[in-house]
Amino acid sequence: MKIIVCAKQVPDTNEVKIDPVKGTLIREGVPSILNPDDANALEEALALKEKYPGTTVSVISMGPPQANYMLRECLALGADDAYLLSSRAFGGADTCATSTTIAAGIRKLGGCDIILAGRQAIDGDTAQVGPQTAQRLGFPSVTYVQKIREIKEKSVVVERQLEDGYEVIEVQIPCLLTAVKELNEPRYMSVKSIEDAYKKEITVWGESDVSLAPEDCGLKASPTQVFRSFTPPPKGRGEMLSGTVPEMASALIAKLTEKHAL
Amino acid sequence: MIFSEKHELIRKLTRDFAEKELTRDILDEIEETGVYPPELLAKMGKAGFFGVKTPLKYGGQGSDYLSYAIVLEELGRVSAVTDIWVSAPNSLGGGPLMLAGTEEQLEKYLRPVATGEKIMAFALTEPGAGSDAGGTTTTAVKDGDYYVLNGRKTFITTAPVADWSIVYAKTDLAQKGSRGISAFIVDMKLPGVSCGKAEHKMGIIGCPTSDIILEDVRVHKSDLLGEENRGFQNAMKTLDIGRIGVAAMSIGVAQGALDEAIKYAKERKQFGRRIADFQAISFMIADMATKLQAAKELVYRAAQLKEVGDSEAGTAASMAKYYATEICNEIAGKAVQIHGGYGYIKEYRVERIYRDCRVFTIFEGTSQVQQMVIAGNLLK
Repeated sequence: MKIIVCAKQVPDTNEVKIDPVKGTLIREGVPSILNPDDANALEEALALKEKYPGTTVSVISMGPPQANYMLRECLALGADDAYLLSSRAFGGADTCATSTTIAAGIRKLGGCDIILAGRQAIDGDTAQVGPQTAQRLGFPSVTYVQKIREIKEKSVVVERQLEDGYEVIEVQIPCLLTAVKELNEPRYMSVKSIEDAYKKEITVWGESDVSLAPEDCGLKASPTQVFRSFTPPPKGRGEMLSGTVPEMASALIAKLTEKHAL
Repeated sequence: MIFSEKHELIRKLTRDFAEKELTRDILDEIEETGVYPPELLAKMGKAGFFGVKTPLKYGGQGSDYLSYAIVLEELGRVSAVTDIWVSAPNSLGGGPLMLAGTEEQLEKYLRPVATGEKIMAFALTEPGAGSDAGGTTTTAVKDGDYYVLNGRKTFITTAPVADWSIVYAKTDLAQKGSRGISAFIVDMKLPGVSCGKAEHKMGIIGCPTSDIILEDVRVHKSDLLGEENRGFQNAMKTLDIGRIGVAAMSIGVAQGALDEAIKYAKERKQFGRRIADFQAISFMIADMATKLQAAKELVYRAAQLKEVGDSEAGTAASMAKYYATEICNEIAGKAVQIHGGYGYIKEYRVERIYRDCRVFTIFEGTSQVQQMVIAGNLLK
């Protein structure tokens, strides 16, 4: 079985602080990490590799050269090889252009049986790149996978997480699955596996390597245009009502009517 | 020092491990029961912490001294006793074997030690031979294919739970001082081997220490480690590695104390403001951080010099051990001071740190022995 894991290097949002004056995120000095949901995707791939001998796990990412570090971590966790799609032409990509690029990279790798991706990245929170990549490759996709129940000859049976339960879905192979954190507990690297990771090569591909024209990538191929990003102003202080329950209820109704909420 | 990406990743692995596994609850339980959870040791073995620089062919991780220092630093930042468990197989247990073991001995003993399956103690100190390790009175008398060992070793880390121990004993009574000492690998289950009761220590609770008593213990000649009568050199070289280890623990434990002091100074309010806003406290923190950084640089340098086999490596290790352990105690003391009365209460982390690090300036060569080594190398 051939598995490809899609991973992204993201700023560690636990470490992000808000500039108290400007109200914007301070990105400087914030460490970059492997996106947490992607770590679950990789863990599942590695668990399948252990269960089904002969399985290979490749990791693919699009990002600046620094993303190499995150890919080393993926290798140290147990991936067989890693590919970085990195070029100036890929810069400024929205999810649409990103998925075009990732799909081209997967095609270059000769396709696979299962693509595992994280549910979403903690920086953009779009949850779009996974399913879009599947669409471009003509693969079916199942999002929010909380458990892989069974791998059959030509299909996979998975549990798809819902707000108040889960669905059991059988999906044909090849397919794309996006992982939620409940899927598993990612393993630790080991000292030796880190040493080994630095003995491997990480393949870096630009647009021509994956047969894409510069106008099909990055900002030029991104229909989404960001005009402005801003931090919403903090909510004002709430008002506590007092008195008996009927008094408070009528005061509340009066307030809501005043604000045209009713 | 600017680290390579690889060493940064080793730090990340260890920090993630320490934060996730060495939780406050688990550490409190270890302190209360005196027992270190075996499942935690198993996880550390899997992460490769027991054989960081042990060669791959003997089940180790094949990494370097700097990685070893980083692992101890990051684990020590959260738990000093964890560092003792990790340093034992890497240094005092594995060290003598790596220095002098035959192929058969390495395969038989080093491999299980590096993976954490077996525990190897290091028995050099005696009631009458501490800093003066050459004063060893334990004897090993040859009898056919065996050596018969008699004597008492004291303050031996992990002795009550060890599978084997490296024991240094006098094989040539005619030779004086540090000469005529040999190293043996002793199976702790051999007839005549027993342990004293586990010591009630000030700190490092959760890793037992006791005496080892040897009464007519017959050790086969295949378990003589290295050349006969050359054991003292083996012990001293092992302690060179050990010094880097204790120095690395010290910078980690000191970082933990500094972290706590900074956190508390920013939270605690007196006279209507944060105590961090008083110069008396803020300058104390500035001193702690500066000295800690200086100690870190000494430790990393010692590790790197040892890695390349530099002739200054021994002096560098002693300097790192001397300075890092002393400032660790100073930083821990100041961290308690900044905490005021709360620092004296067991619920606060600094109380344990203060007790745990007290032994750092004592074991594996006291500060005064390090001064002797440093001065001796400079003035010879």
